[in-house]
Amino acid sequence: MHAYLIQSVNLFAAVLLLLSFAMLSQRRILTLIHLFTLQGATLVAATVVVAYLTDQHHLYYSAAITLVTKVIVIPTLLHRLIDKLNVKWDVETLINIPTTMLIGILLVVFAFNLALPIAKLSSSIVHSTLGIALACVLLSFMMMITRAKAVPQVIGFLSMENGLFFAATAATYGMPMVVEFGIAFDVLVGMFILGVFMFQIREQFDSLDISHLEKLKED
Amino acid sequence: MNWSGLFSQLLEIVVALLLAPLLTGWVNQCRAWLQNKSAPSLLLPYRMLRKLFHKESVVAEHASQLFRVAPYIVFGCMVMASAIIPTLSTDLPLSPAADAIALVGLFAFARVFISLAAMDIGTAFGSLGARREMLIGFLAEPALLMVLFSASLITQSTSLTSIVGTLAHREFAIYPSLAFAGIAFTMVSLAENARVPVDNPATHLELTMIHEALILEYSGRHLALMEWAASLKMFAYSCIGLTLFFPWGLAEVGSPGEMVVALPVLVLKLTIGGALLALIETASAKMRIFRVPEFLATAFMLAVIGMLVHFLLGA
Repeated sequence: MHAYLIQSVNLFAAVLLLLSFAMLSQRRILTLIHLFTLQGATLVAATVVVAYLTDQHHLYYSAAITLVTKVIVIPTLLHRLIDKLNVKWDVETLINIPTTMLIGILLVVFAFNLALPIAKLSSSIVHSTLGIALACVLLSFMMMITRAKAVPQVIGFLSMENGLFFAATAATYGMPMVVEFGIAFDVLVGMFILGVFMFQIREQFDSLDISHLEKLKED
Repeated sequence: MNWSGLFSQLLEIVVALLLAPLLTGWVNQCRAWLQNKSAPSLLLPYRMLRKLFHKESVVAEHASQLFRVAPYIVFGCMVMASAIIPTLSTDLPLSPAADAIALVGLFAFARVFISLAAMDIGTAFGSLGARREMLIGFLAEPALLMVLFSASLITQSTSLTSIVGTLAHREFAIYPSLAFAGIAFTMVSLAENARVPVDNPATHLELTMIHEALILEYSGRHLALMEWAASLKMFAYSCIGLTLFFPWGLAEVGSPGEMVVALPVLVLKLTIGGALLALIETASAKMRIFRVPEFLATAFMLAVIGMLVHFLLGA
């Protein structure tokens, strides 16, 4: 039973990575939000299993916070946001998708190599998944870089936070409760601010393409 | 070579030859049900084969010998492929002849001949189909190889029978790498068998067809062999998937009696697999030909990630 639970954490980690790649290759904003919700749910499941395995009660609380913020509140906010902004069309990417995928593979190799020596220092039972968490962070970074529109960039930012959270769970069984509360609150507030910001961008430029922001420079 | 091995080998070839058209018929029936059409008979592919074998085979004036030989070569390749895949038993005397890599080579060999034969006549559709087939093939092959390598890494062998034997008999464990490989394999087999997201097997619209364009010039017994080979290819791919990812219920070396159980299990697995294939086909739309490289790049990437995850997690 114990062995299966550890294996299932590994499986959830693999699913997180899979979802990161799916988000990287996704063209539609609506599907992107669904994938983000799914990633949050996977994260919750992984955290709960780690909590059960290690008997760390505070991990249950952080799983609950993740469930409320990442699976319920933020996706609802995002859905409302794209309804109001009326952006459901295909997302433009700066690099074409197969190339993005290949760069993604290189990032994963890099992250795995980078994490190997660090993971050896950790005494956590699921320390080998640290590489996957790092890869998720890098892939979300990449998604923020390759997307031209504001909404997918915000989703990339949120997904990066998922990766960081999983890294903390995998390496050290989660951060202290205060820090986790702080981060959850930060993400929520950040979400609100970015939402307002997006409306402002659209008011100014009639578009969510952030390359317009370069025009703010005075000639 | 012992008698029980020979028996299981022969039985497997016969079962593959007989069940392959049935699988095609089953998938077509499920598709029709899901699309609210009245379904064709399950035995339609058999009747089709019978009809075609009785018809005269018309060959174009300018056709070379290659055009006549190709159906036999393609059919032979597919029979060989289904012979080395452990569908019923892992006790196969032919399996040392070809491992997982050679299996991919066999499929490639058949593809080269079917494409050459399509170009041989010199019609526009044949060349167009051949070109598209090669495009899909050269993108799908590395992904398929990577999928098979993921399984080989776990079991430390490239021989299909020992891969399946090891996977079936070790203690049940969750392999994240096989989950990736499974998704990649599904995508590759959709592309290789000319199923919906890549090619529509039911279409005869010139601009979209790939597989149909290749065999457009064939008739009579040649066409029958080509159709049968296509069925066998789908059967072979389904069996690779089923034996790699659900390797239970196969007979072992030295116990040929288990094949009595293995056959119903295989039929059950194929029934479920065929229904799932029909579901995937109905739920997805055919994509533009220029999206296919993206689709197969995703498959390749998933397979590579599966291997990387295997190295990282050691499972």
